[in-house]
Amino acid sequence: MVEKLETINAARIREDFPVLKRQVNDKLLVYLDSAATSQKPNTVINAISRYYREYNANVHRGIYKLAEEATLAHEEARENVAKFINTRRTSEIVFTRNTTEALNLTAYSWGRANVGKGDKIVLTIMEHHSNIVPWQLLAEEKGAEVSFVKIDENGELRQDEVQEQIDERTKIVCVTHASNVLGTINPIRDIGRVAHRYGALFLVDAAQSVPHMPVDVQDIDCDFAAFSGHKMLGPTGIGVLYGKTEYLESMPPFLGGGEMIREVHTTGSSWKDPPYKFEAGTPNISGAIGLGAAVNYLRAIGMKHVHDHEKEITRYALDRLKQVEELKIYGPTDADRRVGVVSFNLGDIHSHDLASILDEEGIAIRSGHHCAQPLMEFLQIPATSRASFYIYNTKEEVDVLIGALEKARKLFAR
Amino acid sequence: MSSDIYKDIILDYYRNPRNFGDLPDPDVRAKDSNPLCGDIIEMQLKIGDGKVNDIRFKGKGCAISQASASMLTEAVKGKTLDEVKGMGKPNVLELLGIDPGPTRIKCALLALKVLKLAVYGHLGQAVGEEVKQLA
Repeated sequence: MVEKLETINAARIREDFPVLKRQVNDKLLVYLDSAATSQKPNTVINAISRYYREYNANVHRGIYKLAEEATLAHEEARENVAKFINTRRTSEIVFTRNTTEALNLTAYSWGRANVGKGDKIVLTIMEHHSNIVPWQLLAEEKGAEVSFVKIDENGELRQDEVQEQIDERTKIVCVTHASNVLGTINPIRDIGRVAHRYGALFLVDAAQSVPHMPVDVQDIDCDFAAFSGHKMLGPTGIGVLYGKTEYLESMPPFLGGGEMIREVHTTGSSWKDPPYKFEAGTPNISGAIGLGAAVNYLRAIGMKHVHDHEKEITRYALDRLKQVEELKIYGPTDADRRVGVVSFNLGDIHSHDLASILDEEGIAIRSGHHCAQPLMEFLQIPATSRASFYIYNTKEEVDVLIGALEKARKLFAR
Repeated sequence: MSSDIYKDIILDYYRNPRNFGDLPDPDVRAKDSNPLCGDIIEMQLKIGDGKVNDIRFKGKGCAISQASASMLTEAVKGKTLDEVKGMGKPNVLELLGIDPGPTRIKCALLALKVLKLAVYGHLGQAVGEEVKQLA
């Protein structure tokens, strides 16, 4: 485990991540795609392995030692996550597969019970498809309307549109805390206040924020928040829906089946209390345990330190990228207003070509539309290349990226 | 910089595409895109005596997709429609001189798919699964 430090020592942290020792194309891996999924430290890998090696059993039912241990570990993970984002109660943490499932759960269960014809759902143009499509499905079914808050030239949400679009008809406002393309950190407290003023609920897509900065759901005062374990050092297949107790209690179930029922009769059934009402079937036990270990690891470092480290790397990356000829950066120019996500295009090189050239140098970046086609359309570009940073990234890696970009520019020069 | 994928010849075809643009009065045209990449290619053909007499392409996208389209137009000019129908992935890889690998192969094969869509369309024949799955 890492001890509490004043700042992050990335060199030491890297020791905890076995994959970072890998060579790709005879070069040391430079992993700059943590916004897609983060790498995993030994402590997470070991926690998962230990569960399968030492106490694998189903949870919540078995009356024997292994089942008891598995249940305890599963529920301890829930407590860790609850503390991590400062919920009022542990039962406000619902385990899902990922952010996408958490958002779908909300649109399905809360949405179908609370959104009707003529109602309005307010999103933003920078949402990930997973925070757009479930609401479009709901709107189509119910005859509701979906509207999108646009961004300004700096890649920040237009506050005049926030004020304009949220109105008496609005039932829910769903906003990403941090953009997975632009890196923009949105003023979600303020947006939430506007939503609540009109009696609308406020949902935060926290997939790009919870892994990278302190997030306190009570302070934000959101009604729902969703995030994924695999973007925060945990395994894939485990995600989180946070919901305020009053809403989780009144919402109908999502999936039906085992684990989520109180009683089942041929004449009808009744449900358990949240969060179990929303967790039908055997859960992802090892995933939850892995996520719990990831949260412990992050808490030991301290999320303020995580955020500061990424800001420093991002500031450095922005400074260096600005000096690359013909390179266009998208999103806020100020590193303080961003998470560690930097999208760019280099001249007229297609982002897939750029990603292939960087891959030859051992650099992993993301290219494409980043599941944000409405944003790409708004920016009038087909795609971007995206570098994203985490606790294990260093300024030296940014240097390697810059060197490879210069090479690509020369290669593609006429 | 030497790049394994971006050989000079690919970049040359990307920068200076041969047979780019519109044909006057084409006998058939076909268009397809790769939604994942945003690559778009359109092929226009002049056909006579069961042969490709002239061909042009238009498109937007990555170097691999556009270069392979341009190379393909050169390679099939004068070929019979049966010969075009018989072409496959190896022909495109031979033209490119590289195997772009599993993540980029669809970029390389989009042009061949569009070409085949045009030929099958012209013949009024059904397009088989093997064509649909090229890209």
